[in-house]
Amino acid sequence: MSPFLLPASSDPIRPAGGGAGGGGGIRIEVDGLAVDGLAGQTIAGVLLGSGTLAWRTTSKNARPRGVFCGIGVCYDCLVVVNGQRDVRACQRRAADGDAVSTQYDVLPVVAEGPGDAPTATSAPHAEGDARA
Amino acid sequence: MPDVLIIGAGPAGLAAARAARRVGAAVTLLDASDELGGQYWRHLPASRPAERENLLHHGWSTFTALRAELEADTGCTIVRGANVWAIETREGRPGAVFVVVGEPDGANREQRVFEPDALVIATGAYDRTLPFPGWELPGVFTAGAAQALAKGERVAIGSRVLVAGAGPFLLPVAASLAATGSTVVGVYEANRVKALMAGWLPKPWQVLRAAKKGGELGGYVLNHLQHRIPYRLGTAVVRAEGTDRVESVTLASVDALWAPIPGTERTVAVDAVCVGHGFTPRLELAIAAGCALDGDDFVGVDEQQQTSIPSVYAAGEITGIGGVDAALAEGEIAGHVAAGGSVLDAALRPAVAHRRTYRSFGRRIEDAHGVRAGWRGWLTDDTVVCRCEEVTYGALRGAATATGGESLRSIKLASRAGLGICQGRVCGRTVEDVLDSLSPGHSDGPRSAAEDRVRTDRRPIALPLRLGELADEPTLS
Repeated sequence: MSPFLLPASSDPIRPAGGGAGGGGGIRIEVDGLAVDGLAGQTIAGVLLGSGTLAWRTTSKNARPRGVFCGIGVCYDCLVVVNGQRDVRACQRRAADGDAVSTQYDVLPVVAEGPGDAPTATSAPHAEGDARA
Repeated sequence: MPDVLIIGAGPAGLAAARAARRVGAAVTLLDASDELGGQYWRHLPASRPAERENLLHHGWSTFTALRAELEADTGCTIVRGANVWAIETREGRPGAVFVVVGEPDGANREQRVFEPDALVIATGAYDRTLPFPGWELPGVFTAGAAQALAKGERVAIGSRVLVAGAGPFLLPVAASLAATGSTVVGVYEANRVKALMAGWLPKPWQVLRAAKKGGELGGYVLNHLQHRIPYRLGTAVVRAEGTDRVESVTLASVDALWAPIPGTERTVAVDAVCVGHGFTPRLELAIAAGCALDGDDFVGVDEQQQTSIPSVYAAGEITGIGGVDAALAEGEIAGHVAAGGSVLDAALRPAVAHRRTYRSFGRRIEDAHGVRAGWRGWLTDDTVVCRCEEVTYGALRGAATATGGESLRSIKLASRAGLGICQGRVCGRTVEDVLDSLSPGHSDGPRSAAEDRVRTDRRPIALPLRLGELADEPTLS
């Protein structure tokens, strides 16, 4: 089983949502596939609401990660949004048409021989700006 | 008329803003979110308003009244999406406060600098979750994540969820999960009856004075009964299992020091687990401003909520975990004094009395539910301790041995623990604890000189920025 979005129709707090009666639907693209969500949801909310539990791949052990802290502290949920990497999915609200791609930063391979410059291998989405 | 800058729009920051305005200060209120209320009053965004939001919250009308008053007040400037990334230290007064304003982790955010007459820091706290084997699997969340997703998104982390850790916060989390459609298979508190009694019972009249707080907890307990959620003491999650996601967790009975008792393990099938063992204060901005910490690694404040730096005040969970009522009282006192009022003013009498009552309540929570050293008994050599850099307990122990275990800095550099993108926010205190256990008496232990004590929490740049933003010239606000 998976995480899920509680449908507005069965929610005791009666949120606007699901198109009719306010709370418009949005559609984002995640690694090229369309995922539907609601205006005001974070990217993590859209992903979890669609049943996706993990999206980032860790650098060292290539393990799956998704949301851990949910409040912007742990940086486990990073995604690339419209070409911009290292965006916390739990903090950024999804905008209709956002192109999201999952992030996998492969560690640079350090050459063994003396005097050799380290070579970096790039993951598919490792382009973009560096972070301070 | 003094300019008062308030960082954080949770209960403490909101109360500070209102109090400072009532004394007549010009107030600027900063928050990283685009919604007010902080983590405590996390709610659905304006684009998805709920008719009965109050069902998910304690004190919702207190929040909406604060919000309405501040939003309507032209003397209070609210800056949403404001991330403070540095504060200068200046002799005897607040230094310049550097802020980027815009979308979370966005590019080309607006740079602003504030030079207030007085500063109120109300940055709150976040979950502390102790590592256990498998805690890095998807489907393992902090208790705060389950709460934030339930309240802020109406997303349930799973359909069959187990809640574990320590502290009264586990109860509202379980209640929120149930109200979001999850089946909560149980709430497991590591502490035993004796610890809870020792923490809660030495001065029972204080509990009566905190009756409002008691009412809040009573509501959660009632909710538990209604949903028939089991609440078990002396039990901890010691392992999570699964290949690419959590499929089950193993529980064990733990002794009074939280050491797992052999032979008591049992495995429970779940599709999500949320775990919290208390809270870590968000200290980096207070430390950047030069504020001294107290013996428990919270921001030290006096009766006026003033820190060790004149005209810099702190309120709420960064001064000690005390809950929403303590935060509201402290925020009110901090804002009032920051704006030029006196702590002796008649208008502050109720807040001063509330602070006394609810602070002692907070101490009792810590006595009853605080982290006990035996938890390391559930670590294995291949347990990931630093999630960012994927450093295991075994690697950490190896680094401690290789570096002689004398300094946290050496162990961090040798193992990379705490050096990933979260900057040690998740594992920092755990790494310090592990180091203490491996080599008591090392040079930066919790009982060594104060200037050595601020280790993991010191972050010269308080949040990751993009290089382009660092290069931009800020504008003075």
